[in-house]
Amino acid sequence: MSHRQITLQILRYNPQDAASKPCLQSYTLEKADGMTLFIALNEIREQQDPTLQFDFVCRAGICGSCAMMVNGRPRLACRTLISDLPKKIILAPLPFFELIGDLSVNTGKWMRGMSKHLQTWLHSQEESPDLNRIEERMEPEEAEAVYEMDRCIECGCCVAACGTAQMRQDFVGAVGLGKIARFRLDPRDTRADGDFYELIGDDSGVFGCMSLLACHDVCPKSLPLKSQIAFLRRKMAQTSIRQE
Amino acid sequence: MKTIMTDVLVIGGGLAGLRAAIGAKRRGHRVLILSLVPPKRSHSAAAQGGMQASLANVIRGQGDSEDVHFEDTVRGSDWGADQIVARMFVNTAPKAVRELAAWGTPWSRVRRGEHNVVINGEKVTLTERDEAHGLIAQRDFGGTKKWRTCHVSDGTGHAMLFTVSDQVIKHDIEVLERTEALALIHDGERCYGAVVRDLVSGEIFTCMAKATIIATGGAGRLYRVTTNAVICEGMGHALALETGIAPLGNMEAVQFHPTGIFPAGILVTEGCRGDGGLLRDVDGHRFMPDYEPEKKELASRDVVSRRMEGHIRSGRGVPSRFGEHLWLDITLLGKHHIEYNLREVKEICETFLGIDPARHWIPVRPAQHYTMGGVRTDYTGESPWLKGLFAAGEAACWDLHGFNRLGGNSVAETVVAGMIVGEFIADFCDDPANTVAQPLTLAAEFARREKSSLEELLRHPGKENAFQLCAEMQEIMTRCVGIFRNADGLQEGVFHLQRLLQKSRDIGITGKSGGSNPELVAAYRVRRMLKLAITIAQGAYQRTESRGAHFREDFPQRNDRSWLKRTLAFWPVDPEATLPRLDYEALDVKSMELPPGWRGYGAKDYINHPDTEERQFEIEQIKNRFQMDGKDRFALQEALMPYTGRLPEILRGKNERLDEPLENT
Repeated sequence: MSHRQITLQILRYNPQDAASKPCLQSYTLEKADGMTLFIALNEIREQQDPTLQFDFVCRAGICGSCAMMVNGRPRLACRTLISDLPKKIILAPLPFFELIGDLSVNTGKWMRGMSKHLQTWLHSQEESPDLNRIEERMEPEEAEAVYEMDRCIECGCCVAACGTAQMRQDFVGAVGLGKIARFRLDPRDTRADGDFYELIGDDSGVFGCMSLLACHDVCPKSLPLKSQIAFLRRKMAQTSIRQE
Repeated sequence: MKTIMTDVLVIGGGLAGLRAAIGAKRRGHRVLILSLVPPKRSHSAAAQGGMQASLANVIRGQGDSEDVHFEDTVRGSDWGADQIVARMFVNTAPKAVRELAAWGTPWSRVRRGEHNVVINGEKVTLTERDEAHGLIAQRDFGGTKKWRTCHVSDGTGHAMLFTVSDQVIKHDIEVLERTEALALIHDGERCYGAVVRDLVSGEIFTCMAKATIIATGGAGRLYRVTTNAVICEGMGHALALETGIAPLGNMEAVQFHPTGIFPAGILVTEGCRGDGGLLRDVDGHRFMPDYEPEKKELASRDVVSRRMEGHIRSGRGVPSRFGEHLWLDITLLGKHHIEYNLREVKEICETFLGIDPARHWIPVRPAQHYTMGGVRTDYTGESPWLKGLFAAGEAACWDLHGFNRLGGNSVAETVVAGMIVGEFIADFCDDPANTVAQPLTLAAEFARREKSSLEELLRHPGKENAFQLCAEMQEIMTRCVGIFRNADGLQEGVFHLQRLLQKSRDIGITGKSGGSNPELVAAYRVRRMLKLAITIAQGAYQRTESRGAHFREDFPQRNDRSWLKRTLAFWPVDPEATLPRLDYEALDVKSMELPPGWRGYGAKDYINHPDTEERQFEIEQIKNRFQMDGKDRFALQEALMPYTGRLPEILRGKNERLDEPLENT
């Protein structure tokens, strides 16, 4: 094998097909300059195996479609350079989420369920504000802090890396807790800690977190999950004491 | 076969479709959204720099208004835009920003006092007003007279899309993710919905609706080098085109963004130049002032892209193993600014180029970016040819952008069109005359046709490869129908594309699964993409002038006398057809608020329309009379080109600004 050749081992399984059995399949291809997993997987599909399933949309690290396990670690495939990986590359679908086929998982369905459950939209008193009027003011720093958490792309890496999610199917994950932290930071949201406690004040929420914090390490957008979840847990614990 | 009944069928889960869906749902109609991907993954998320709305909060935006935004938009379009639509748009854009603010979008805000910015390569200190503190901030963008681009750092589209998408969840609007519309159901006069394919199971079903709206975004993937997401293949455009009844407008109008990173074509925002970034050549020379002494790097996109490609042709490109490129230099903006205001750009540079843009120049070259053409509609968003068919956003041509879209007007258009067209769709559904018996037999017939066509594709032992055909098409489009066009290249392009279309009738598929089958999807899509590609190339060939992004080396002048008109493309129903029928729709100079004139770039070199002079004179007279009578800008505007009555009633109000307080009513 020349030094320009790489081998990708991909976990294949099509749950739609009764005859399909999970197996690792190897593909060898020529390495190119600047080659990402996006480029490599498309090349495999176009030249070697047109049945291979995977998801890409933006191919620029902003849409969150292409998260997968790369050598055991959840990553965005479009942002993963082949040159940064060891010679042996194993790709598998994200665990936890419903498998569509091969590397494609149904994160969309789970994320929508989570959003609905946690009501991840701004709650305000003014249902239909007068759009002709000057907008409400907001401190520039507050807007920046909200955006810091708003950058989440719902890729599912944090959930795939989560110890709690391995054991509890109903865990809202760092993605869910991060969203609550985002709305809690937003001065325009009228919900108080008691309201947030109703949403995440149990083991499917913030008290389910075991502080292993792999979520923080794998987040492709480098969200400050560690500090935000810790802060949220403290606030929710205080809320629970006050309520008792 | 499954049939789903609804009032409004929205095809496309990006910003335009989602916002229209919310409008219709709030008016009490049943709404169903079809989306290729989870809505939050739509290409709307890729908009970085911001959305234009004349809020006039920052000091450099002071004096901005709907009037200035209107003029920038029409000039930017090289007078191809529908001016009534442009007026409706600029009046609604501030409301759209404010609505999103009320829904939670974390817009970047104005900070009072002094701050340093870079303008024209120099450090300048600006002082923001106390009374503007905490209001939504604007940044500079190309082709605009004022700082008007409202933004959320450089992740504007993402923040907007998540806000609107979460509102869709709040309103309990159903989204069928991973589904694709294959054909519109119609009887030649009225659209009744669509035949839909589940991309996971392969199931074919029908969705029947009073109103169907195409909001599927652009068609950048017709080109090899594009900033567009891989799902932007123009399938919504193709839905309309393949009816043979509803035409596409101005498909030859294709925008190339100056700063795609080289060679991947991933976008870095115009905000880089808006915030003070410079373009440099192989010698490190800043070349834009040589060509455009006034606007420099912030000339309109079509102009900058053309200048860049021209500069590379003149031998000043930077050679690399992938070809030539130029440099985008944002090092002068400083580390702090890049980390806070251009963080997506920073991430993209680190990941895909392995460089730190605070220390190194970014290799860039123009890349396909935006499809100005689309499903031709009237100002309500409805196709005048097929009742009940609507379109909004990039997939539509209603026609806001003419031959060149202004930066920051695309995400603005998505939500504005969603607000406007959503209301018109609700009106349409409210009208008892539009409640027709759903022709189930017709729907079943359409579904059967799609089903057998797919079965035939799977069965046919063809020798052509769908991926290969697609790559060849993208290569031809990039080579022959790009930034510089001429008769020879375009003729060659049309010829080769026609051959590819014929070949695409002989595609063979190796994997025979009818369910999730990427090869099957590529096969049926490439046939449709080829029709669009031919439509673009043929439209470009026939348009023997240069206007906006459509530049003909053999006809470098804008020619209002012969070409102040919109191209309409109809695809013949004959299955053997390989060319569209092109028709033209004249723009009426006599009713324009801003008659055609000089855009402000290069020489004043264009061929006038015979009506222009007379209209200009008429406008001068009205202006003088109104000035003498002491009438305000609203009265003058109304006299020049009345439009307010066209807007849905709830969007007609005037917009408040710090310098233009609303009277309390």
